[in-house]
Amino acid sequence: MQAQSILRESLITGGKTVADVSEDISRQVEGKPTKLWWMAFGISVVVFLYGFYCVCFLLWNGVGVWGLNKTVGWAWDITNFVWWVGIGHAGTLISAILLLFRQKWRMSINRAAEAMTIFAVICAATFPFAHMGRLWLGFYWVFPLPNTWGSLWANFNSPLLWDVFAISTYFSVSLVFWYIGLIPDFAVIRDRAVRMGHKTRAAIYNALSFGWDGAARTWSRYESVALILAGLSTPLVLSVHTIVSFDFATSVVPGWHTTIFPPYFVAGAIFSGFAMVLTLLLVTRKVFKLEDYITIYHIELMNIIIIVTGSIVGIAYITEFFIAWYGQVPAESYAFINRAFGPYWWAYWAMMTCNVISPQLFWIKKIRTSIVATFVLSIIVNIGMWFERFVIIVTSIHRDYLPSSWSMFYPTMYDVGEYLFTFGLFFTAFLLFAKFFPVINMAEVKSIIKSSSEKKH
Amino acid sequence: MDSNKNFLVGIFNDEEVLLHAVENIRGKGVKIQEVYSPFPVHGLDEALGYRRSRLPIAAFLFGLTGTSLALLMQIWMLGYDWPMIIGGKNFASLPPFIPVTFELTVLLAAFGMVGTFFIVCDMKPYKWPRQFDLRSTDDKHVMAIDLAANKLDKNEISGILKESGASEVNEKNF
Repeated sequence: MQAQSILRESLITGGKTVADVSEDISRQVEGKPTKLWWMAFGISVVVFLYGFYCVCFLLWNGVGVWGLNKTVGWAWDITNFVWWVGIGHAGTLISAILLLFRQKWRMSINRAAEAMTIFAVICAATFPFAHMGRLWLGFYWVFPLPNTWGSLWANFNSPLLWDVFAISTYFSVSLVFWYIGLIPDFAVIRDRAVRMGHKTRAAIYNALSFGWDGAARTWSRYESVALILAGLSTPLVLSVHTIVSFDFATSVVPGWHTTIFPPYFVAGAIFSGFAMVLTLLLVTRKVFKLEDYITIYHIELMNIIIIVTGSIVGIAYITEFFIAWYGQVPAESYAFINRAFGPYWWAYWAMMTCNVISPQLFWIKKIRTSIVATFVLSIIVNIGMWFERFVIIVTSIHRDYLPSSWSMFYPTMYDVGEYLFTFGLFFTAFLLFAKFFPVINMAEVKSIIKSSSEKKH
Repeated sequence: MDSNKNFLVGIFNDEEVLLHAVENIRGKGVKIQEVYSPFPVHGLDEALGYRRSRLPIAAFLFGLTGTSLALLMQIWMLGYDWPMIIGGKNFASLPPFIPVTFELTVLLAAFGMVGTFFIVCDMKPYKWPRQFDLRSTDDKHVMAIDLAANKLDKNEISGILKESGASEVNEKNF
């Protein structure tokens, strides 16, 4: 007899068996891509190529092709950088922090979320590279290379250099974590290919799986590797956005110089990351018919995380305002009043509406269990989080201490172009992932099938 | 490598049956070569009498190496080799060195541990594993018993496997 909880819903529906899991998830890798996939891929590649042209134009002519000026020296580039890095956070939160907390619902969404993390961090990295202007010299600026090579040692007191180390460590550790998770699933596809007689496919997926055997001894080691990687990734994911926030918080610019930045940035990152996970997964589950694996219950739980982190972000906005008044520093107070009622008021109120008000709708059960509402709100949240970074960055610097240098920022087609470039890159990479890699962690889902499936054995 | 070996291969459909079977079979003095599963079965490593993995120790040592390297690098570069006054801070002050130290600790611990995992499991891209049954990555648990390593003969072991709940018992030669 099996005990059934009345409080928790099934994580996997449709009475799936272990063999069904292999079949349902591997099918999409083995079959030919659908028309819909080709269409999406075509659009992504076109956007990518247009963006690539803009990036080449930028590298050839210099950063002057962007809309930056002497007052606003940082705008879309760093806004987009922080936005993409933030999106990446959800993947690591799902795979690492939820693993440590033994949250089983992570199992059908972690693979796609981690893939999203990796592609988002790649997209983020293109912006600082582009902003270097002479990209090839960046080598001397970020790597600790000796003075005799032409430049001084990198400055380890600089948050920008911490950022280089934080992002590259985050990227490589997330990549390893994701790949370790993929290894047993590559072996599933390999063995199916052997049985179907596809020799080349079997050889490719065997190489990808590093010759995985699934022995009890290997599984036992594998599980300790996964647990330790989760333990390492948990402080790592919290540190990354903390260090990104140091880029601003350690400066003396009013509006940036605030101690609330690290926790506020981390909460915002998880908030935007879950929104992007939802946007991607709602499409993926529909296209690949994964409704039994990514259920309404999963969507609801993710929406609850959006309420929590969205409310933290809302409180942070209010706290910033309160401290600007309470601190009685004229420049600080001005920066915040200018933010809400100055020339960029529309960006500020767009941010407030999208990030503070819209996620509160998820308190209503009907809305957080509705696919259409979730999809729309997830996009609104990501628009809001883009505006948050834009508001923090541009409104804080466009009016500095000298009124004679006050200015506005107007993007050029190359600002827009590079943003589009990252969208093209992101969706091209995600579509390739969804076609060639199993989008759901089969091994983990199989391990919970007995306890979480509707059908009792 | 050990070649030309005779194995008895027991196929199990359910992880709970498998766990009881492992206890039962080992209790009867039969040596199990290895069990292959499509997903991690909790308690299987203990039932088979495997020691806990020492990979966490490897991770700790690699992490420690990362911490020391990062601290030594930063203190030596900015403190001794080319001291620069930056924001009036000490040449080798600890607090601004912490972020990079932390990142390098995590980086080395993760990569060192995963590298060690690949080495101890002898996993490489160009290697094919020894496969007793292809269904072991799909939905079956596959138990391999080396006949040469056991005193009991084939029929006796086969009987024990069946009685412990194996759905099939096959023979496999390598």
